[in-house]
Amino acid sequence: MARITAGVTTSHVPAIGAAIDNGHTASDYWAPMFAGYEWSKKWIAEEPPDVVVLVYNDHASAFSLQMIPTFAIGCADVFAIADEGWGPRPIPPVIGDSDFACHLAQSLILDEFDMTIINEMTVDHGLTVPLSLMFGQPEVWPVKVVPIAVNVIQYPPPTGERCFKLGQALRRAIESYDEDLNVHVWGTGGMSHQLQGPRAGLINQPFDNAFLDNMTQNPEALRKIPHLEYLREAGSEGIELVMWLIMRGALGEHVTPLHRFYHVPASNTAVGHLVLDAEPGR
Amino acid sequence: MNDNPEFDDIPGTTVFTAARSHQGFHLNQFCMSLMKPENRERFKADERAYLDEWDLTDEQKQAVIDRDYNHMIATGGNIYFLAKIFSSDGISFQTAAASMTGMSTEEYAAMMLHGGRSPEGVRSIKEGR
Repeated sequence: MARITAGVTTSHVPAIGAAIDNGHTASDYWAPMFAGYEWSKKWIAEEPPDVVVLVYNDHASAFSLQMIPTFAIGCADVFAIADEGWGPRPIPPVIGDSDFACHLAQSLILDEFDMTIINEMTVDHGLTVPLSLMFGQPEVWPVKVVPIAVNVIQYPPPTGERCFKLGQALRRAIESYDEDLNVHVWGTGGMSHQLQGPRAGLINQPFDNAFLDNMTQNPEALRKIPHLEYLREAGSEGIELVMWLIMRGALGEHVTPLHRFYHVPASNTAVGHLVLDAEPGR
Repeated sequence: MNDNPEFDDIPGTTVFTAARSHQGFHLNQFCMSLMKPENRERFKADERAYLDEWDLTDEQKQAVIDRDYNHMIATGGNIYFLAKIFSSDGISFQTAAASMTGMSTEEYAAMMLHGGRSPEGVRSIKEGR
């Protein structure tokens, strides 16, 4: 049986990818942020999962405005790196797990979550920056990835409650897969940031730290945050945090925090990062 | 546009609703075309000619040529699509964001290094908080 062993959350700022690709991680600006991932890189290198179910959002790279799926799952064998306007990042292609992904898609849809199935797409910084933060610069990624893309660009994104319930269904789907897989679920994006308009640059450290607290202490409270509150408190792009709740819903009731990191700024954004043990006591 | 009036209560913020997505469809699709190097080259060689291939309003075309991101957003642009323009220009997200705030790039960078823009006073116009 496949089982979820851990959850990871991290922001996925494009400038982080550029800092890695251009060798700037030791600069005065970037070193304090990358220091927050050192523990996590060692931890995941000791026992890498077989597959990461990676919840992220596409940033107008694979999905245009022609069609806007709320929840989509990548079932391809391989995902090429998107050209976001300055050429593709110089990183290896992302390897999928089509058999597992097809099982998840079928299970989720029959469990009343109407996923869009993707058989070909490129992946942008939303998916690749988290991989780079956790695995550095390998020639081949050490894990397979099942991408779950969530619309958080066109209003309205799915509610936090809906995301949490999708996470719960994702757990049922993962645990009904026969093969003995060690699975991580990652929720990416956030934390507070606003990239547009005269209010750009908004950062709300009290909101972010309360959110980090409640990921372990009181996820029920996070499920109920309405969109308007995210917009007001965490900035127009802070609503990406609903994707963390898919991870949290998938991990089940009891988790143990293994690592927590918060840093301002990375470009325009507050960086938040958690590693949660999904099998405390095992 | 007033399809969700409560959003107008958040200062300096445009929420990308389905109505705005409809309004900005061709503008945003033009932006995505810049993900191909050959299109970036053609756009840089003659911006007006390239824009004329797209079903944009004159106001949208002028906003693109002026690199007036607030104006592009007001006419239906979404920042993640508009990012293809400043990425093609070799400009960072932080510099582009600064250009929308009325601050200089240096002032904006300093604000971010000092913890970013506080939400105090910019949550709600009518509630004054």
